[in-house]
Amino acid sequence: MIETLAAILVTVVTAATPLVFAATGELVTEKAGVLNLGVEGMMLVGAVSGFAAAIATGNPAIAILVAMIAGAVMAFLFGVLTLSLMANQVATGLALTMFGVGLSALIGQDYVGTPIKALAKLDIPVLSDLPLIGPVVFGQDFLVYLSLVMVAGVAWFLKSTRAGLILRATGESHDAAHALGYSVIGIRYLAVMFGGAMSGLAGAYLSLAYTPMWAENMSAGRGWIALALVVFATWKPGRVLVGAYLFGGVTILQLHAQGAGFAVPSQALSMLPYLATIVVLVVISRDSTRIRLNAPACIGKVFHPET
Amino acid sequence: MVRETASGEGTEPVVPRLELRGIEKSFPGCKANDGVDLTILPGEIHALLGENGAGKSTLVKIIYGILHADAGTISWEGKETHIAGPSFARNLGIGMVFQHFSLFEALTVAENIALGVEGEHDMRRLEARIEEVSAAYGLPLDPRRHVHSLSVGERQRIEIVRCLLQNPRLLIMDEPTSVLTPQEVETLFGTLRRLSSEGCSILYISHKLDEIKQLCDTATVLRGGKFVGDCVPSEESAQSMARMMIGDDVKEPKAEGNAEPGEVMLSVADLYLQSEDPFGTDLKAVTFDVHAGEIFGIAGIAGNGQNELLAALSGEQLVPDSAAVVIAGEAAGRLGPRRRRKLGLSFVPEERHGHGAVPALRLTENAFLSAHLREKLVRWGLIDFPKTAAYAQKICESFDVRTSGIHSEASSLSGGNLQKFIIGREILQSPSLLIAAQPTWGVDAGAAAAIHQALIDLAASGAAVLVVSQELDELFAISDRIAVMSSGHLSAARPTRATTLEEIGLLMGGDGTAAGEPMTHVA
Repeated sequence: MIETLAAILVTVVTAATPLVFAATGELVTEKAGVLNLGVEGMMLVGAVSGFAAAIATGNPAIAILVAMIAGAVMAFLFGVLTLSLMANQVATGLALTMFGVGLSALIGQDYVGTPIKALAKLDIPVLSDLPLIGPVVFGQDFLVYLSLVMVAGVAWFLKSTRAGLILRATGESHDAAHALGYSVIGIRYLAVMFGGAMSGLAGAYLSLAYTPMWAENMSAGRGWIALALVVFATWKPGRVLVGAYLFGGVTILQLHAQGAGFAVPSQALSMLPYLATIVVLVVISRDSTRIRLNAPACIGKVFHPET
Repeated sequence: MVRETASGEGTEPVVPRLELRGIEKSFPGCKANDGVDLTILPGEIHALLGENGAGKSTLVKIIYGILHADAGTISWEGKETHIAGPSFARNLGIGMVFQHFSLFEALTVAENIALGVEGEHDMRRLEARIEEVSAAYGLPLDPRRHVHSLSVGERQRIEIVRCLLQNPRLLIMDEPTSVLTPQEVETLFGTLRRLSSEGCSILYISHKLDEIKQLCDTATVLRGGKFVGDCVPSEESAQSMARMMIGDDVKEPKAEGNAEPGEVMLSVADLYLQSEDPFGTDLKAVTFDVHAGEIFGIAGIAGNGQNELLAALSGEQLVPDSAAVVIAGEAAGRLGPRRRRKLGLSFVPEERHGHGAVPALRLTENAFLSAHLREKLVRWGLIDFPKTAAYAQKICESFDVRTSGIHSEASSLSGGNLQKFIIGREILQSPSLLIAAQPTWGVDAGAAAAIHQALIDLAASGAAVLVVSQELDELFAISDRIAVMSSGHLSAARPTRATTLEEIGLLMGGDGTAAGEPMTHVA
């Protein structure tokens, strides 16, 4: 019984981790005032690049780094279009996703069906053997721990550092930030590329750890869920974590429910995580004060510097 | 050019702190600055005078490095400089209090200040310094509050404190007194005089000529982007300075002897309302009547419940007790803005951009948005464009709105011109009840006089007018009765003629300023 519970909890954590990465990255992007809807595309490109690098080098660290760089390059492209050339962010983000889906399929066509070894799980003597706590808390791969560190780090960066304050200010009112002499475009490039690198990392987690293989479109809408999570979390990193684990939890539960043969159509069960996310979003959005306090006021708006 | 101060007695020539020569700046379609000269001496309080659109804002933006001049030279303490950007200007020692505040709504007071102050990275120490400076200069401010919950007056204090923290050598103040009580203005003037005696130069932009006479050592006048001349305000009369500024005499608003008050158009009875804003002021037992044919003034320092009262009157926030707000005899507490407009209400909000007008829409479209109901600008569910354009044209003509055309965007108008447009749009719908918040905030003397006259004429034609303003001079000039808001309470109304500026000023500051903070006075 405990073993089954432990197995469920371990899968909940791994199902949530890519969402944590992608949503944390997108949160930073949005806090700087940029709406990048290309998360799904950046994840896929990150996933396939990381996978290819893992096969070529056999070194998971290099694979992860390559995935992050690939995500950041995709985000840079988005930045050039929306920040320098002032294209519409929503349209460009959608295009980036479609581009990422196609590009990743192209890069990955030789890798479909190639197996690799999954990222090693932590194995601490005694601790990892504890019942329940052992596998869940002390037996994950290192990216899971990294995701938690990233959430705490981003929360600390946004709340307590001067650079974080400047980033929030840029998302709040780019005109005022400009009037104070901050480089709005420069700050946004950095934020967008951080978001891209994190999406790439999320993709790498999918192809290297969650399901160690490459399949076309393997992110299966997680990029969109990550986008929704940012809003659900009212732009707070800690809530992103809660939301990601909620979504991960519902995903895994419905899988087990399908396995247990509930008399509910499996399609309906598959909808559950998405449905749960929407319900929570709606409930949260009722509190307009909280949204107003945390939502970046300049999100999605094009910045025209005064000359 | 080097001038000598009076105290210099011909010995050492004083190097000006800032000297501008022949500044030119063009925008597409207009020349905002055309050969402007300006010399500010150390420790001098220098006024910059001019109507809206005279090029004052452009000039100070050039000084602060936000804009770059097309031609001309800028010298800082004798050395010719190119002010590359705002942070360069701040490093020189130039501080600026903007007219449209460059604040971040979702950040706290301290965070806002931290963004404009270099070299202070410890938030707790910064909060302590803010409290210290704000207390020392009589500008009560809680560093931990979020800006979106603050009133205009409180926001301005943030800007001033932000500048003071940097020990500026030149402080630029754009319309600083428009949101303060007479007592607060006195305190501010004390602050500015003290700064000036400490050697800080002040560039003071204002339309209030008596203030300039009272405070400033010299004045530079601009008109239509051109340099008109320098003068010594203490040797000029308000009329002679106004003539330099406008090129004409200002017409004082004339109130007709107020006739018998008509029937009650707006009745507010025992209105309690919890603010939607977590940091707002709740309304407590607000009671008053506005009669047809009168102008009713509500005075008060920003943040004492005026925003909440205005939201409750306009219908943006509904009142649970429907009978607490009665418009033209109908209980309107639970009616939305549109249905209240049908009852004859017109509303001019305080914030022009985004509340009174949609900045990115054209003037015609902005005219349509509030007037389509009563001016019947919709035909078969479609916009009647010719009629809408005619209406916008009529507003611009009757209210002397200076614009490149009715199809220009609202954001392209200067603050005063946009305000004239919004007021005109509401008045020309011939409302039976007009509610106007801060109708002349940041508007120059000429335009303010025109707006006042329009409000008086509207009341004379039989409409009820409610004006909520922080400018007591304005309320005393136009209103028949006056009441004061303080901490969510409204004082009993009294006839304006039977009361004095001091009495109202004391009521405004008497039982505490915003949210019950004690007023800090500096000797």
